[in-house]
Amino acid sequence: MLELLDITITQDTFRLAADFRVEKGARVAVIGPSGAGKSTLLSVIAGFFPAESGRILWDGNDITATPPGKRPLSILFQDQNLFPHLTVAQNVGLGLRPDLRLSPADYEAVTRALTRTGLQGIEGRKPATLSGGQQSRVALARALLRARPLMLLDEPFAALGPALKAEMLDLVAEIADETGATVLMVSHDPEDASRFAPETILVAEGVAHPPRPTAALLDNPPPVLAAYLGQ
Amino acid sequence: MSRALRIGAAFAAALVLTLTLGTLGAVLWRAESFARLGAADWSALRFTLTQAAVSAALSVLLAIPAARALARRRFPGRALLITLLGAPFILPVIVAVMGILAVFGRSGLLNDGLAALGFDRISIYGFAGVVLAHVFFNLPLAVRLLLQGWLDIPAERFRLAAALGFGPGDIARHLEYPMLRARAPGVLVTIFLICLTSFAVALTLGGGPKATTVELAIYQSFRYDFDLGRAAMLAAIQLALCATAALLAARFTLPSGFGSGLDRPVARWDANGPLLRAQDIAVLTLTSLFLLMPLLAVVTAGLPRIGGLPAPVWQAALRSLAVAGASTLAAIVLALPLALASAARPGRRGLETIGMLPLATSSLVTGTGLFLLLRPFANPGDIALAVTVAVNAAMALPFCLRALLPAARELEADYGHLAQSLDLTGLARLKLLIVPRLRRPLGFAAGLTAALSMGDLGVIALFADDDSATLPLQLYRLMGAYRMQDAAGAAVLLLALSLALFWTLDRGGRADA
Amino acid sequence: MKHTLSPALMIAGCLAASNVLAADTPELIVYAPDYFGSEWGPGPAIEAGFEAQCACDLKFVTGDVMSRLKLEGEGTEADAVIGLTTDQTAAARATGLFAVHGKDLSGLTLPVAWDDDTFVPFNWGETAFVYDKTRLDTPPASFADLLDMPDEVKIVIQDPRSSVSGLALVLWISEVFGDGAEDAWRKLKPKILTVTPGWSEAYGLFTSGEADMVLSFTTSPAYHIIAEEDETKAAAIFPEGHYFMTELVAKIGATDQPDLADAFLDYVLSDDFQGMIATANWSYPAREFEGALPAGFANLPRPDRTLFLPEAEAEARRDPAIATWLKVMSE
Repeated sequence: MLELLDITITQDTFRLAADFRVEKGARVAVIGPSGAGKSTLLSVIAGFFPAESGRILWDGNDITATPPGKRPLSILFQDQNLFPHLTVAQNVGLGLRPDLRLSPADYEAVTRALTRTGLQGIEGRKPATLSGGQQSRVALARALLRARPLMLLDEPFAALGPALKAEMLDLVAEIADETGATVLMVSHDPEDASRFAPETILVAEGVAHPPRPTAALLDNPPPVLAAYLGQ
Repeated sequence: MSRALRIGAAFAAALVLTLTLGTLGAVLWRAESFARLGAADWSALRFTLTQAAVSAALSVLLAIPAARALARRRFPGRALLITLLGAPFILPVIVAVMGILAVFGRSGLLNDGLAALGFDRISIYGFAGVVLAHVFFNLPLAVRLLLQGWLDIPAERFRLAAALGFGPGDIARHLEYPMLRARAPGVLVTIFLICLTSFAVALTLGGGPKATTVELAIYQSFRYDFDLGRAAMLAAIQLALCATAALLAARFTLPSGFGSGLDRPVARWDANGPLLRAQDIAVLTLTSLFLLMPLLAVVTAGLPRIGGLPAPVWQAALRSLAVAGASTLAAIVLALPLALASAARPGRRGLETIGMLPLATSSLVTGTGLFLLLRPFANPGDIALAVTVAVNAAMALPFCLRALLPAARELEADYGHLAQSLDLTGLARLKLLIVPRLRRPLGFAAGLTAALSMGDLGVIALFADDDSATLPLQLYRLMGAYRMQDAAGAAVLLLALSLALFWTLDRGGRADA
Repeated sequence: MKHTLSPALMIAGCLAASNVLAADTPELIVYAPDYFGSEWGPGPAIEAGFEAQCACDLKFVTGDVMSRLKLEGEGTEADAVIGLTTDQTAAARATGLFAVHGKDLSGLTLPVAWDDDTFVPFNWGETAFVYDKTRLDTPPASFADLLDMPDEVKIVIQDPRSSVSGLALVLWISEVFGDGAEDAWRKLKPKILTVTPGWSEAYGLFTSGEADMVLSFTTSPAYHIIAEEDETKAAAIFPEGHYFMTELVAKIGATDQPDLADAFLDYVLSDDFQGMIATANWSYPAREFEGALPAGFANLPRPDRTLFLPEAEAEARRDPAIATWLKVMSE
């Protein structure tokens, strides 16, 4: 279970408060107007940005001061998820061993992960030669290998077409089901939220609200969300 | 920031502080008091400031059309020309002065040409000579920095400009002028600082005591009056001047990234008119003539003697190569942690400022201060080469930092979080992320350091040891023994080795993996 | 990061370690100007010659000798010092570091009397303006003539604040023209192409054809005659006299090798040492003997008058003479 206890985030004049918990295995969307602090919230959970006050717990353990790489989570950014100078296999292999001292068994695991995300025979290629969808799959393959219990998605599929994005979300859902991972996903698109996430965190007006059932929230949005959705 | 990086950066900062402020402090401590400066010192100060300001302004003004022409023209040999145009910056001063005089001197090509056409001969000695030499050295740096500025304008902007039907004037107003406003002041200040602490150039081309620079005044206080107080006072003033200039510069964007992407083609739709073409051809021809003729003169004078150079010259060349190699390694080991640590803490400029300090430091004061600091622990002759390596590395550090910092910042911005989230740290991070991503600026910084170390007179007089003669020192000794032609041969050897080192390391950083 | 530094230090360390010496031979450390470290100066021959007879290791430590002595003071490791010039003896004596030499100097063949009890001269020469016969048809016949030459004739001199020969020139003019020195400089000024920090740069400008005349020594043409078989270079000889310069050797009082240092001073005055001065140092030996000078040297024209300022006089005149030079040259 992920718990944010009395978290406040301050950045220049920007302020955000968060106090909620997310059950283990949940799939939660994070929506709200631009600039409300959705990405910042994920940054704080991932450990890139320190909260002004409050604590973050995972399964009851305080991870507030844990460095990003040691937290029980994987994160997919909007872009720059792959190192352009490393091969696909190396990029995925980083999920197993950051020093890339991979055994033959590790390489097999890399190939299996790539196959699982629908990629075959591209181990030796560089990211620049891949399509956007393929790059997303490589990043997902790495997340699969890392098998961390929490997965944060900071709009990694925003640049993909609708069909491809839907495909990716399905893939994430499958992987999450297989590994039992909890998923937090930032999105601009209510479609994504209702398709992928039974629950949604609304971030607006300086507050990240506790998760609520997505359908109920979208059917009966509070005024700020209604304005954002254009209703 | 990892612990290893923190330790590395702290070590580098401590070493640089010792070599700059520490040595000044040691001289001051020994002098026990500041000396009062005389009228001659103040006039030296005035001359130094004036010539540095004029040299920097001229270098930048002349660099603008040249960089612009290089940015918007594609022609065979362009990459080679860019490399060659960079050569004067890494040239040993004495070699460069020989070349400058062969072209602009009293019996140089220019004056012979003027005389043949019936014009009066012109003399470059004096203020003009000092400025000419400084422009010769620093124009290449200005061209490279500004060319980078042009190449940093996204190609999409030029595409948009073409779509909107911009002419050259519109491009200049909307794209080029804003870039220059952001970049030129930083370039100006960098060159101003280089000219401020220049020493040897002013001496031969200065024409007389009117052209006395602060660094020369420091030399005289050591050599003749042994007035340590005056030397320390002058060095402190020089440092204060540089600090003021650097603080002013901090308000502008500092030049960035002169190590990368110089041969990236950018499609230009705006520069196809015959007039602009003629203008660019003229600018590039004149710039090439100005920068390359003196080099050619040095080569023509010395090439026939190179085969007959005595054995000690070749031994010194090997020794210089070893010194350059060690200096390069040391400079990178100092510069990389400083750049990475600065990039990891955006907004904090402390480490960056420390890294720039050597630019403001008098090498004579550094040498004397080091002698005072180290003599209680070691025999100066035994540590001459280690000291040379450390001083060379420190002197090259500002240039290494300028090359590495922008790339390190970009690396941090693009991949810092990804690396952190994957727990990519320590040596693995160095090997898998930093070295491959920073290869180009690392290669450029290494090439520059190696070439500068090759040309430096190296062994500071107080640490000299009879077995440690470097190639530039041997060149001076040949001159001192009347062997001017052998000296010309040694100059070509020095020029060739410096250029080869720079080219190899810089290209090594560019080779595709 | 610390580990990554070690290769640089190791390389430097290896380079520095290459001159570790055999431990049991006594070592004589002699501070000397840089040219003693040069393969093209007298250093190597002196080292070989002395080591052949002293069963010791002679080590020249080259660089800025006086600065180093002053920085080191009593703690200096020098046993002897060679290459000091007459304009440095006052400062050198004032350090109190030097010992009386106790040598018999009656065999010296200097053109001036020398009875200093601390500093022993090993060579001498006179400053002169050197020119190229193919480029200057009528060389000046006197110093006054030189001042009256057309301003198109260009001369390179050295800065008296950084060069020994440059200082010699201001004292030379001070001695020849006395109160008229300022006017003399004013007449010379338009002919001065540039002022270089040292002799090498100036001479380089002259041989490359940049200047018509250069401030150098009466012995400079000997190099061209002997080493290059080039007879076109000559020194203009002035009846007003030429300024005398000599280089000196002296013993450090607190040396731990007093006998070796003493032996070195004897060696400096020996035929072996004095015989190699002409072609290794391109100056006159301080103790000339039959056959000490090769033909190219012996036939050089010598001035009738030698101008010599004793130490105290030179020291007293130095600052005013430089001030006069500075004043006129900055006008």
